[in-house]
Amino acid sequence: MNWSAIAAIYRFEMARFFRTLAQSFLSPVLSTSLYFVVFGTAIGSRIQEVEGVSYGAFIVPGLIMLSVVTLAISNASFGIYFPKFLGTIYELLSAPVNFIEIVIGYVGAAATKALFVGVVILITAAFFVDLRIEHPFAMVAFLVLTCLSFSLLGFIIGIWAGNFEQMSLVPQLVVTPLIFLGGTFYSISMLPPLWQTITLFNPVVYLISGFRWSFYGLADVPIGFSLLAILAFTGLCLGIIGWIFRTGWRIRS
Amino acid sequence: MTTILSIKDLRKSYADGFEALKGVSLDIEQGEILALLGPNGAGKTTLISTICGITTPTSGNVTVGGHDIQADFRAARRMIGLVPQEIALEPFEKVWNTVRFSRGLFGYSSDNARLEEILRKLSLWDKRKNAIKELSGGMKRRVLIAKALAHEPRVLFLDEPTAGVDVELRKDMWEIVAELKQAGVTIILTTHYIEEAEAIADRVGVIDKGELLLVQDKNTLMAQMGKKQIEVMLSEPIQTIPDSLAEHNLALNGEGDMLIYTYDTHADRTGITTLLNDVAQAGLVLRDVQTRQSSLEEIFVNLVSGEPA
Repeated sequence: MNWSAIAAIYRFEMARFFRTLAQSFLSPVLSTSLYFVVFGTAIGSRIQEVEGVSYGAFIVPGLIMLSVVTLAISNASFGIYFPKFLGTIYELLSAPVNFIEIVIGYVGAAATKALFVGVVILITAAFFVDLRIEHPFAMVAFLVLTCLSFSLLGFIIGIWAGNFEQMSLVPQLVVTPLIFLGGTFYSISMLPPLWQTITLFNPVVYLISGFRWSFYGLADVPIGFSLLAILAFTGLCLGIIGWIFRTGWRIRS
Repeated sequence: MTTILSIKDLRKSYADGFEALKGVSLDIEQGEILALLGPNGAGKTTLISTICGITTPTSGNVTVGGHDIQADFRAARRMIGLVPQEIALEPFEKVWNTVRFSRGLFGYSSDNARLEEILRKLSLWDKRKNAIKELSGGMKRRVLIAKALAHEPRVLFLDEPTAGVDVELRKDMWEIVAELKQAGVTIILTTHYIEEAEAIADRVGVIDKGELLLVQDKNTLMAQMGKKQIEVMLSEPIQTIPDSLAEHNLALNGEGDMLIYTYDTHADRTGITTLLNDVAQAGLVLRDVQTRQSSLEEIFVNLVSGEPA
């Protein structure tokens, strides 16, 4: 294992993050505050509680997931697409590194950044609502797994993308709608029966449900299903990345 | 001499059937400078990319320092440094960080003294804290070289190192190459500039349409394939070459004021003395005489076009 290479990639990617630390820090704080103002205060005044949890506190896990998933994808896709765009990927391809090391470096950095933002949002949320975390280990596990798995997805998108427009295509057209429709701001039990059934085909439902369970013990789907879904998604992404590097698809001619 | 890079029947075909490399075989000795000449699309960059791992070969074998580039890719790639044709650098990163990144990527721990030595050698030390985007084109090329040297490679590939740079910087690059050679680094460079190969290479390889047409010692190549000519300039132009000079096989230029005599420098008798005597006896008055040797460029053009030099 070329640990020096992993560290070099990780450090290089994190340097990009630290160059814009103020933005990296302020942006999630501001957007979370806005969500609390708009959803927590405006809608929360009409929906007092969801299954015994105040509406403001209820949406916290969903808000964290929304930001973490979006950032994990954008960080990882940008991280690997930028060298392709600039041409600096030649160095990566000619270095004594294998695909596992490249993935650990890039995905590890992207996941770290997303995790950082997730923690910032959690702390920000604590200023607005009373938070309780019933299963802290499960919460950390879900958060880390989400950061990792969606960073893997972002890495795939970054390799697939041929231009900047394509890079934002999947997050905007697929991921964001799935997150918004995945119970970020509501419990799926609030939906009509038909929509409840349709919603169960949305993989993000399992993610948010599991994460919310770690906070309040509330879940739309059994926690085992949530864990299985996130592990299966991680495995699928790893499989695709393995195939990409074996075949050199979109990287090596 | 020890062979440091060995290429055996290397082929590269693409899905559309295009054959970029058609069985290239070549041995490169440790410490030499080999210049690969060839027109656009000849396969120069494909050859370098394949050796460095950027392109996957269709068939054939390449070893670097005895390490196969596929089976033992880590050891092989650690020995190689690559300076690409295009300036490919992260614009917002600092010079120091980007060079340190390259060293780490090749499996070496950060060695500040070594990095300082490289940056000083390439006149980049004062710019180490600058972001790449603040540097001139020439400085960026130096950064590319610094990155390629950061892991102390034994074989350095320079793909068109002086493409689009001014004459002064080109000379600087040649000096850098000469210093690297002195340090024992084997250098393979591709170039469009024949004078570059002429100035710095030990051997010259000519590649066209994916085939290596020849690889030869530069001086031997010049001697074997180069022609030498005497250009005799006349005070007054003439319409035709006088009959008394017919045996010299002369050519007359378009203006009629220059006789061109081609001869073999290795022949026992060049015939120059007789020629000049005969020219004087023919009543022609000389204005000037100069000799001219065919350049690598002419040799290269003749090789690629299939005509004898």
